Amino acid sequence: MKDTKIRGAEIVVKTLVAENASVIFGYPGGAIMPVYDALYDYCDQLEHVLTRHEQGAIHAAQGYARVSGKVGVCIATSGPGATNLITGLADAMIDSTPLVCITGQVASHLLGTDAFQETDVVGLSMPGTKWNIQVRKPEDIAPAIAKGFHIARSGRPGPVLIDITKDAQTALHEFNYVPCLNIRSYKPYHKVNPEDIKSAAELIDQAERPYLLFGQGIVLGQAEKELKAFLDKSGIPAACTLLGSGALSQEHPLYVGKLGMHGNYASNLLTNQCDVLIAVGMRFDDRVTGDLKRYAKQAKVIHLELDAAEINKNVRCAVSVQGDCKESLQLLTESIQPKKHLAWLERFRELEQMEKNEVVGNDLLPTKLGLTMGEVIRYINEFKADDAILVTDVGQHQMIAWRYFDYKNTRTQVTSGGLGTMGFALPAALGAQMHDYKKQVICVVGDGGIQMTIQELGTIMQTQAPVKVVLLNNNYLGMVRQWQQMFFEKRYSFTELNNPDFIKIADAYGFKASKVTLRQELRDSVAEMLMHNGPYFLEVVVEKEDNVFPMIATGCSVEEVRLS
Amino acid sequence: MTRYTISVFTENFIGILNRITIIFTRRGINIDGLTASESREDGIYRITIVVTTSEEQVIQLTKQLEKIIDVIKAFYYVDDQVVHQEIALYKIPIQSLNPGLEKVIRQFNAHIIAAEQEFVVIELSGHKEDTQALLEILKEFNILEFARSGRVAVAKPMETLEKYLK
Repeated sequence: MKDTKIRGAEIVVKTLVAENASVIFGYPGGAIMPVYDALYDYCDQLEHVLTRHEQGAIHAAQGYARVSGKVGVCIATSGPGATNLITGLADAMIDSTPLVCITGQVASHLLGTDAFQETDVVGLSMPGTKWNIQVRKPEDIAPAIAKGFHIARSGRPGPVLIDITKDAQTALHEFNYVPCLNIRSYKPYHKVNPEDIKSAAELIDQAERPYLLFGQGIVLGQAEKELKAFLDKSGIPAACTLLGSGALSQEHPLYVGKLGMHGNYASNLLTNQCDVLIAVGMRFDDRVTGDLKRYAKQAKVIHLELDAAEINKNVRCAVSVQGDCKESLQLLTESIQPKKHLAWLERFRELEQMEKNEVVGNDLLPTKLGLTMGEVIRYINEFKADDAILVTDVGQHQMIAWRYFDYKNTRTQVTSGGLGTMGFALPAALGAQMHDYKKQVICVVGDGGIQMTIQELGTIMQTQAPVKVVLLNNNYLGMVRQWQQMFFEKRYSFTELNNPDFIKIADAYGFKASKVTLRQELRDSVAEMLMHNGPYFLEVVVEKEDNVFPMIATGCSVEEVRLS
Repeated sequence: MTRYTISVFTENFIGILNRITIIFTRRGINIDGLTASESREDGIYRITIVVTTSEEQVIQLTKQLEKIIDVIKAFYYVDDQVVHQEIALYKIPIQSLNPGLEKVIRQFNAHIIAAEQEFVVIELSGHKEDTQALLEILKEFNILEFARSGRVAVAKPMETLEKYLK
């Protein structure tokens, strides 16, 4: 009989290929070297992207997962390689991003001896993963990775970490890959209860001012069409969360805006005037609800949600419909009466006009000298492709880009929502671009955040991924400065930055780069960037002390949303 | 605030206890008692946790526990819904053996389960209130050591685990 045994490291690679991974992100090191050695023979089947830091690798995997709908994969070595993944794991956990992270570990006989580059990554990552495991035998590698992919992508997605000892990578075993389809203790889906649909439909049919909020659950559940069909029949105005953006075209006549601290005026304020509130695939984050004690108290809440733990967690609901929203929305659409709520919709439009007059005009068509972040986004909208992907970091630029970017397609919004991870954007944009070089990927980032992961410019250079980096530079940690201005008596404690010459840096990395300081140059520069074929770095020097409005200050109610 | 017993049925994987306890730690909830043992089904473990908290919180805890991949099912009960027991051991110096102690042992229906040259060990099973009451009395007998187990409990409702094992 022919010996079919291969090294555990090759089993890792073959299992990744079998799980349909095509691009993976990583960084080599001692304890993962056997896997890297095996990768060398599989370059035709598995594209590996060498980032400049493990945090870059995991954020890239996140960006890749968000736009592709596939499981993002990243690889790191033991010890510091593994600990550098932690921020990305926490980010993917709170934003429900499917990831499989593979870390090397010291040989099993060295476990617990404080060996070189040994760290208890399984213990460290436990609260930040949907599941994790340490593998110490070659025969356990394929089943663990198969199980990891199943867990990462099913139900409410999340990150998985698989820690593989070096001896398991070097030992020989047959390749025994079998896809994992069922785990006895894990039931990721829940069949929708028809009684719940009936109760929800009754509430909706009786409602006079119904209002729908949707989140990333629509994207993750691929329920974009079902959402639209429900809205078209019910006539209910709908607003989105940060991560729900793009799930419904903003041109839809029932789209009424964005929720949360820096969302829209009407969509926040009228939450406290609806009589039935339908929440779909969202988790009532505190940035969305403001003060919970004064949140939608007048409304009967219907919550369509897959994760049982999210139901009644923050907001008590009158009817909960547990299950995949693709299924529940479809059933609900069949069960309700067709309606229109024109007078109610008009309330949104009136308040929207107030926001336009007081905020949007100044943001998009400013008359003051300094450039605004808003006008940069306005020009991006003018020249971008319809299906362009917007990747943002965290802070003022994130909120402004989110507010004004013209979302037309699903999976075009990539940002760090729940965790608020500065430094996310640049590597995530690279990851998003690695999924499809033909898509336009626009990375809008601030001068603070970009310096947290600026080394990934090197990865973009090496891959020639045609990412368009738009640096909105106000020489401040702008969002923190805004809070200092509003709530800390303008005591600008450690928020002003003495920045490097970003253009020189971009230049050193071989980017085509330009810097805009004057309004009359802005439009042409944005156009040039978006028409350029390769990677491009555009720095726009914006007004130093601009603020983002509307705003619901911490501890305030949604109806206390401020326009200035 | 109410005392709840949470029964968690799990697969036997390394680290499962850690995954379970961090759910409590993260929310700042003190675990009053914890025991782990096998269950009726081969390979399935049951972990019994006693906490004092609100109903809202215990519901959330149970849901979070069920999100753990290797947790099959978690149930929560108030004290009336479970038959529960704890075991306590009391180490008493031999000098304290006197008729008064005999009376106490009889009163509590406790047992002497070991006798050494310098001490005896008394055992009592019961609810925490019972074992605590005995402890208070034995303090007068110069008790040397005291140890009490966590709660073991079986549920009164007749729901079984089988339907969650498909």
